[in-house]
Amino acid sequence: MRRVLLTAALLVAFVAAWQGVASLGSVDDLTLASPVETFDALRDDWSLLWDNALVTLQEVLLGLAISAGAGVLFAVAMHLFRPLRDATYPLLVASQAIPVVVLAPIFVLAFGYGIGPKLAIVALICFFPITVNLLDGLRSVEPELLKLMRSLGASRLRTLGSVELPAALPYLFSGLKIAAAVSVIGAVFGEWAGADEGLGRLVLLGNNQLQTPRVYAGIVILTFMAVALFALAALAERVACPWNRKELPA
Amino acid sequence: MQTEAEAPAKEPLSYQDIGVALRGVRRSFRELTALEGLDLDLRPRELLAVVGPSGCGKSTLLELVAGLQEPDAGTVTAAGAADPAGRRAACAYMPQRDLLLPWRDALGNAALALECQGVRRAEARRRAEPLFERFGLGRFERTRPAELSGGMRQRVAFLRTLLPGRPVLLLDEPFGALDAITRASMQEWLAGALVQEPRTTLLVTHDVEEAVFLADRVGVMSPRPGRIVATLDVDLPRPRRLTDPRVVELRQAALEALGG
Repeated sequence: MRRVLLTAALLVAFVAAWQGVASLGSVDDLTLASPVETFDALRDDWSLLWDNALVTLQEVLLGLAISAGAGVLFAVAMHLFRPLRDATYPLLVASQAIPVVVLAPIFVLAFGYGIGPKLAIVALICFFPITVNLLDGLRSVEPELLKLMRSLGASRLRTLGSVELPAALPYLFSGLKIAAAVSVIGAVFGEWAGADEGLGRLVLLGNNQLQTPRVYAGIVILTFMAVALFALAALAERVACPWNRKELPA
Repeated sequence: MQTEAEAPAKEPLSYQDIGVALRGVRRSFRELTALEGLDLDLRPRELLAVVGPSGCGKSTLLELVAGLQEPDAGTVTAAGAADPAGRRAACAYMPQRDLLLPWRDALGNAALALECQGVRRAEARRRAEPLFERFGLGRFERTRPAELSGGMRQRVAFLRTLLPGRPVLLLDEPFGALDAITRASMQEWLAGALVQEPRTTLLVTHDVEEAVFLADRVGVMSPRPGRIVATLDVDLPRPRRLTDPRVVELRQAALEALGG
């Protein structure tokens, strides 16, 4: 509860400072919309913002689902087959090093203006944290425990299902939380490279049309979306890994 | 065509031949020789405790019998099986730490041993349940390891070891991590459990008192490279008392063998 209050206090202080800076005569209205103007834009353009937010949310959720599915499959395969891990690990790291900003227009050229390139970019960004975290989790099991499973006569798949995957679950959720936070950025990049709809496109358009309050309203919604997705992943973790709770109820 | 001699191997392990034998065993890791010229015999259903200084290769000895390692020289036989897979099937190995899975309750942790043999989870839990009653864990079936005391966790780990019904038990310092009071009560509990479920048991410990209190025979191991330098018969009725003059005498004899 104290943490929530502290966060709220910090947020209020931030908004107040924002309003203060925006009210200074020397700051250009086109550069900085004040919180009041942003709120007005949120209210006046709500249906427009909301419709476009749903488009972006869809891209984010589908992209996350694709990267989670592929990431789990890939991490498990890499874990089970050592040569595959050795061969693909450097490529995995390289995939994260690709500047997505540059890649986005190429994806649009290849897949067109539809949802395809957005999903590809979101999935590309989210795949890495999910796969790497899960892989670390699968390898986190102590050697003694693996020895015990061997002495109990467990098959490879039994050890994977009963020991390694449950042990890796908190790691998977760590990856999902990071992925959830960055997924929105991926969708916006995808829309900037070419789109008919979506919050990212709306923000870009607003920028060109000098509708600064609308740009800020879009940013606020995008931020809320990322925070909400993160919170959802954190909640799912609490439900799925009750043994892993840091703070036990007193 | 199958010969007569091969046939018995397919039958369940016979309780006639459930001893353990190590002959001239050597085991080294790079330049380090852990065991050298080790001979040891366990008779069916006896409890033999091996004591030795730390680092003398006690855990290596257990893993060799358990079929988790192979000797560089010599032979290891457990319940008639000399190959590692056969030894693994004959032995139930209990490591030093309980290694309970934090996401499973106590019953689920014990049942894991049966699930590894292909028994379905619900059935495995059903079969583990009577053991919890018999060994004084009746109220803790649904408790997660994090909420169990060190002694209780060790009991659950021991039930997991008993459950597959393997003829040979291999216990690696099962009470080493417990405080003195818990350890004493756990030793009594283990002695009682083994009366109910007699198995051939090889117990490794650095605690001479524990060895004399629990074992039928005590093997004394030398410092590295480890081998058995003395074997003492503990011909005392149970339950034993640590203050019994004969226990004190045997304890002294074991300590002297360790020192020499």
